[in-house]
Amino acid sequence: MEVTTQEFKHCDLIAVKGRVDSSTAPAFSKALEKSNEKGHFKIAVDMSGLEYMSSAGFRALLASQRNCKRYNRGELVLVAVPVRIREALELAGFTELFRTFDDSITAVGSF
Amino acid sequence: MPKMTFPAQFEFLDEIREFVAEIAREGGFTEKEVYALQLAADEAATNIIEHAYEGVSDADFDVTCDMRGDTLTITMRDVGKPFNPSNVKLPNLKADLSERKIGGLGLYLMRKLMDEVHYISNPRTGNLLTMTKRRM
Repeated sequence: MEVTTQEFKHCDLIAVKGRVDSSTAPAFSKALEKSNEKGHFKIAVDMSGLEYMSSAGFRALLASQRNCKRYNRGELVLVAVPVRIREALELAGFTELFRTFDDSITAVGSF
Repeated sequence: MPKMTFPAQFEFLDEIREFVAEIAREGGFTEKEVYALQLAADEAATNIIEHAYEGVSDADFDVTCDMRGDTLTITMRDVGKPFNPSNVKLPNLKADLSERKIGGLGLYLMRKLMDEVHYISNPRTGNLLTMTKRRM
C-alpha cells in the first residue's frame, strides 16, 4: 500500500494505492489523521489505484468521516472507487455514508 | 487437499488471499467471485488473528482450500480462544454515521460473500471454520 497526500487550497487529496487490509490499514489511518491534525477536515480519497480493501480499510474511512463531519467542519468524499471495492462497500452498507466522485478534479472542486 | 499453515500475523493476509485466489482461479471462478473469496478469507483470518489469538504472538493456524466439482471449500483451524458466532451482534447497516459500529462487519461480510459459513468450537481441537461457495 502507498498513500500520498496533496494539499489544495480547499481540501486535501489523499491517494491510496495497492492493498488496504489489517496489516496496512494503520498507515492509511495515520495519513487521514495527519490531515485532521493540521486542521484539514475536507478530504478527498483517491481510490483509482486501489486494488483491494477489507473492512479494516472501511473502519479507517468511517472513523475519519466521523471526525471530518463533527461540528459541520468538513467531509470525506471518495474518488474513482474501483468496482469490486464499491460492491464490498455496498454490501457493508457504507455507500450512503460517503459522497463519491468519478475523478479527483471534480471532487476537489466540490469543496 | 491444498493446506497451508500461516503465522497469526496480519502481514500474512496477502499470502492467504493469494493462496485462495490461485485455487479459485484454477477452479474456474470469475474475477468478481475471486475477489469475494479473497475478502471472505481475509475477514476470517483477521478475526482469528485479532480475537482468537488476542495477545498471543507466536501462534499459527491452518488454512485449507479445496475445489470439488463447482464448489470451493475454505477451512481455517485455530487453537485460540473459543469462538461463538451467535455472540457477535449484527452490524446495523441502517444506523447513521454517528451510531455506526464496525464490530461484527467481518463476519457479516463473510456470510454475504459465501454461500455457507459454519463454526465449530471444541475445547480439545480448537475452532474450525468452514466456508463454501459455488461458482456461478
